[in-house]
Amino acid sequence: MININEVIETNKMIEQEKLDVRTITLGISLLDCADSNLDELNRKIYDKITRIASNLVSTGNRIQKEYGIPIVNKRIAVTPIALVGAAACKSVEDYVSIAKTLDKAAVAVGVNFIGGYSALVSKAMTESDRLLIESIPMALSQTERVCSSVNVGSTKTGIDMNAVKLLGEIILKTAEATKDRDCIGCAKLVVFCNAPDDNPFMAGAFHGVTEGDAVINVGVSGPGVVKKALESVRGADFETLCETIKKTAFKITRVGQLVAREASRLMNIPFGIIDLSLAPTPAIGDSVAEILKEIGLEEVGAPGTTAALALLNDQVKKGGVMASSYVGGLSGAFIPVSEDQGMIDSVEAGALTLEKLEAMTCVCSVGLDMIAIPGDTKATTISGIIADEMAIGMVNQKTTAVRIIPAIGKKAGERVEFGGLLGYAPVMSINRFDCGDFINRGGRIPAPIHSFKN
Amino acid sequence: MKRTVITVVGKDSVGIIARVCTYLANNNINILDISQTIVQGFFNMMMIVDMSGASKDFEKIADELEQVGAEIGVIIKAQHEDIFNMMHRI
Repeated sequence: MININEVIETNKMIEQEKLDVRTITLGISLLDCADSNLDELNRKIYDKITRIASNLVSTGNRIQKEYGIPIVNKRIAVTPIALVGAAACKSVEDYVSIAKTLDKAAVAVGVNFIGGYSALVSKAMTESDRLLIESIPMALSQTERVCSSVNVGSTKTGIDMNAVKLLGEIILKTAEATKDRDCIGCAKLVVFCNAPDDNPFMAGAFHGVTEGDAVINVGVSGPGVVKKALESVRGADFETLCETIKKTAFKITRVGQLVAREASRLMNIPFGIIDLSLAPTPAIGDSVAEILKEIGLEEVGAPGTTAALALLNDQVKKGGVMASSYVGGLSGAFIPVSEDQGMIDSVEAGALTLEKLEAMTCVCSVGLDMIAIPGDTKATTISGIIADEMAIGMVNQKTTAVRIIPAIGKKAGERVEFGGLLGYAPVMSINRFDCGDFINRGGRIPAPIHSFKN
Repeated sequence: MKRTVITVVGKDSVGIIARVCTYLANNNINILDISQTIVQGFFNMMMIVDMSGASKDFEKIADELEQVGAEIGVIIKAQHEDIFNMMHRI
């Protein structure tokens, strides 16, 4: 039988170390809503989402009460809209009408974000993919809860540089369209390489075409728990360090597994995967940067940062896979700048630069995340940053992403404020040299060779 | 049988256990195990109870226990035991 010390340990994790289930994300296929009549399509989408997700929020709240574990977000991911809307949407405005339908459905069922305003263009864009991408600035500025993502590359297909070029422009336009709200539109737009079909985390969540009709995916979190556990092994060797992270990751993930199974049972929807990511929030003590400091770095960005992050990421996975048979999504440590107070501090201390962040993304999910850059950055430069990150993902057979926010009217050293879970971000300086001729070539980068690994 | 863990944390005083047990008895909840310890000067008590015969639903009991705790100056939580089993048992 459970003993009192185990109960105290669990409740301490929840109450003092901010252990929580970050999200229950309900994936819904909208493929069967496709229709050549736009009004009919919008009606079917709204009806299906509100029908399947009607008890998502109440189920989340019930589980939270029964187990005493906070379930921070209840969210929805849908089939990439560029596929669903292809037959009906003949203009940018047509696509925006679907974004508004998604927003309305999200409000109706009470979820704070709905992901899947997406296109998968890892080799090339269809006409409807292009229209959807071009509609993103308008869609994200006219909705509150819709999240958008575009997969522009993969290890098997290479990188669609036409899409990369277009997205540089789209990101700038999205920032411009939402500049009265600190460019928040860009915080809801992710550019991916090797995007997973079952990622429960926003803003990049969508319901992949390989998935069933509906599925429950759960993202756990608990950087504060890992940090606290590591405090007890200060100065110990790497073996002890790794053991401690693994054990903690196991415990965190088991809670996610319990919640996922229970949600699946109560809603009668199959359980998909647990995403093992360590996801920080702006709250003090809920930070991946603080774990890296606890491992032995004065600031994130100091020499040794990439190695420490590689170790952390690997041990989290090793502990997590033991705890759940179905692990998927992104599963790694997130290193967003704005959502992690420790990361913000390291940037403001001058320890952490964009280039070091890029190096860190080679060893962890997910990529250059929630990074504010000067508002006068050229579109081709943004495309260059995206291309670099996509190349890392393509060559290393991993997911990488870029969620970058051109802060319109602001310069390096100033701040943008988003509020809530998104936090605030210091505007980071970027390399001032030009890559326009590279980006403007057009076409695609071929898939990399899969042998001669060096 | 779905067992529930009730935890009581706070400053020690006369009658805490009596008060909680009275509430449980009034609601037909059977106590299977009780243990207690002092952690950093705080009184910690854990009860494992069987709620299968309880006269109210789980949510109501959890809320009322919280209320009882507030009245006597301690924090009372009720949680299904699965969360502890999952975390601490393979």
